Amino acid sequence: MTVRRRAALAFLLVPPMAWLVLAYLGSLAVLLVSAFWGRNSFTGAVVHEFTGKNVIRVLTDELFRAVTLRTLGVALLVTVLCMVLAVPLALYMAKVASPRARLMLVVAVTTPLWASYLVKAYAWRMLLSPEGPLAWGTGYSPGYGLTATIITLTYLWLPYMVIPVFAAFERVPDSLLDASADLGASDASTLRMVVAPLVFPGIVAGSIFTFSLSMGDYIAVKIVGGTTQLLGNVIYEKLVDNQPLAAALSLIPLTAIVLYMLAVKRTGALENV
Amino acid sequence: MKSTVLRLGFTLAACATLVVACSSSGSGNGGGGGGGNTPPKMETPSAVGKGEGQLNLIAWPGYAEDGSNDPAVNWVTPFETKTGCQVNVKVGNTSDEMVQLMRTGQYDGVSASGNATLKLIYAGDVAPVNTSLVPNYATITPFLKDRPWNSVNGQMYGIPHGWGANLLMYNIGVVTDAPDSWASVFTDAGKYKGKVTAYDDPIYIADAALYLSKSKPELGIKDPYSLTSEQLDAAVELLKAQKENVGEYWSDYTKAVQAFESGTSVIGTTWQVIANLIGTDNKVQVNTVLPKEGATGWSDTWMVSSKAAHPNCMYQWMDWITSPEINAQVAEYFGEAPAQTKACEHTTQKDFCDVYHATDQKFSDQIHYWTTPQQQCVDGSGDNCTTYDQWVDKWQQIKG
Repeated sequence: MTVRRRAALAFLLVPPMAWLVLAYLGSLAVLLVSAFWGRNSFTGAVVHEFTGKNVIRVLTDELFRAVTLRTLGVALLVTVLCMVLAVPLALYMAKVASPRARLMLVVAVTTPLWASYLVKAYAWRMLLSPEGPLAWGTGYSPGYGLTATIITLTYLWLPYMVIPVFAAFERVPDSLLDASADLGASDASTLRMVVAPLVFPGIVAGSIFTFSLSMGDYIAVKIVGGTTQLLGNVIYEKLVDNQPLAAALSLIPLTAIVLYMLAVKRTGALENV
Repeated sequence: MKSTVLRLGFTLAACATLVVACSSSGSGNGGGGGGGNTPPKMETPSAVGKGEGQLNLIAWPGYAEDGSNDPAVNWVTPFETKTGCQVNVKVGNTSDEMVQLMRTGQYDGVSASGNATLKLIYAGDVAPVNTSLVPNYATITPFLKDRPWNSVNGQMYGIPHGWGANLLMYNIGVVTDAPDSWASVFTDAGKYKGKVTAYDDPIYIADAALYLSKSKPELGIKDPYSLTSEQLDAAVELLKAQKENVGEYWSDYTKAVQAFESGTSVIGTTWQVIANLIGTDNKVQVNTVLPKEGATGWSDTWMVSSKAAHPNCMYQWMDWITSPEINAQVAEYFGEAPAQTKACEHTTQKDFCDVYHATDQKFSDQIHYWTTPQQQCVDGSGDNCTTYDQWVDKWQQIKG
């Protein structure tokens, strides 16, 4: 019996574990190792000899520092913008809207996820074009650049923030709100002292998506970013002429996201998600 | 938590050791560097056998058209019908990208420009070619044979395809003063602030160097690919100033087409094929011009991968693409001089070869063909030149 159960358990667990260890951790390991390889300076071919040059360069080069800071700034700003947009919307959806309106809003928020990323990015390219509909209708367009990139990324990742925040608001029992009101708390106090702590984990969960997705993006910025480059673009470009350096560079977003996760962990928000 | 991190660390370390142990046996070709070293020894085939039914190519846009861009422009389908080799084309946007793709070993051949050829040859990514197996090679323009960018010690590493210059393109509705100088995208670029475009590749530094060689003779630039560090810095300064006026860089040619059609870009460097794709029946009208300072350009060679899975199809392709009728079609579509001398009899525009100076060696010698800058100056002027690696770093700095 136990043997059979064990076999069944192994049968269930081996595929996902193999996937996790071989495909995911394995590729991370390859990345880590290839960051320490050298390269032939004329042909650009990878040479399998150990060198710390790439990592040192990533840590000391001024250009990479500037691009890293720019990318972090964009990721944080996109995350904050998504929060600002998502929290009132999710609150309305969960606690105010009629069931019918709620359904409509959930559909409205999630429908864009059905469309391809590229289609949405190109739609923004059209919209923000210096000669495009926005400029034509309002007389103003930010044009292609950092602003356009932030707008586009905020649009692209907004559903990933709205959904977890909406779920968190939905789980707040109405009885708590009633109790708070009965005890004489104003709406603002109820929001601040009762709702906010309960919804916080949802916001944090959403922010993990928006932050890490923005950190790694290089396509939207190619399409609407004008001459702007983010970390993803530098890595992509290095990939064609200096793979070990590209591997070393990709450790930056990896570290940033791990640090972000550790910071999130410290807030305790992951405990009951 | 701590133990999880530790365990993760151990797992990663274990994987890493495994990877190192496995990969260190595959030796990298430590040599390289133009001149001194020799490319890896490889045999050339002695006969072309039956096609393998498939052919995977890396090509510049417009080099392997199968009718999907324009139903009338199609020389891939007739090749497939004739040889039974099903052609899969991967379009390369820059030479570095092509080199990178070739290294995957998944392609049979590539249309390589001069700044990719030597890298491919010395890294052993491409095989020497037995030109006697390509009948059409006999009538290729003589001044394209056995050149430093496509051969080593008299051994050809491919079949020449064609050559041409990078042109200045502008929207005639916006740029009305018919510019004929690269100054319009460098020193005078402010006129079209935010609507200037440039090719997104380190090799574009040569365009700035070429302009400086004429506008600032005191810098002493003779060859745009042989730059001392001071000359390189001057070119970088010029490009940094240009960036203030650049709306977008392009490396994807479809993006260049779209940027001009939407009015996002109005002036900048281009390939004739881009102007052709914008077409004459568009609401945006463009014109291309070879500026008076001269131009950088390319001389392309079809090369066979050393790991080609379908070498017979590749040899048949090289003969097909350099055959008089087909080479004429490609040259006219892309807007370049055909490598095949007999192609001139088959162009629809009768004076096409004269317009592109196809058989005029003097003219051809004036174009500054893309090549890989090296410390040993490529024009032979000394050994204090900047390397391509330095160019790559500078280009990244220019973009900021």
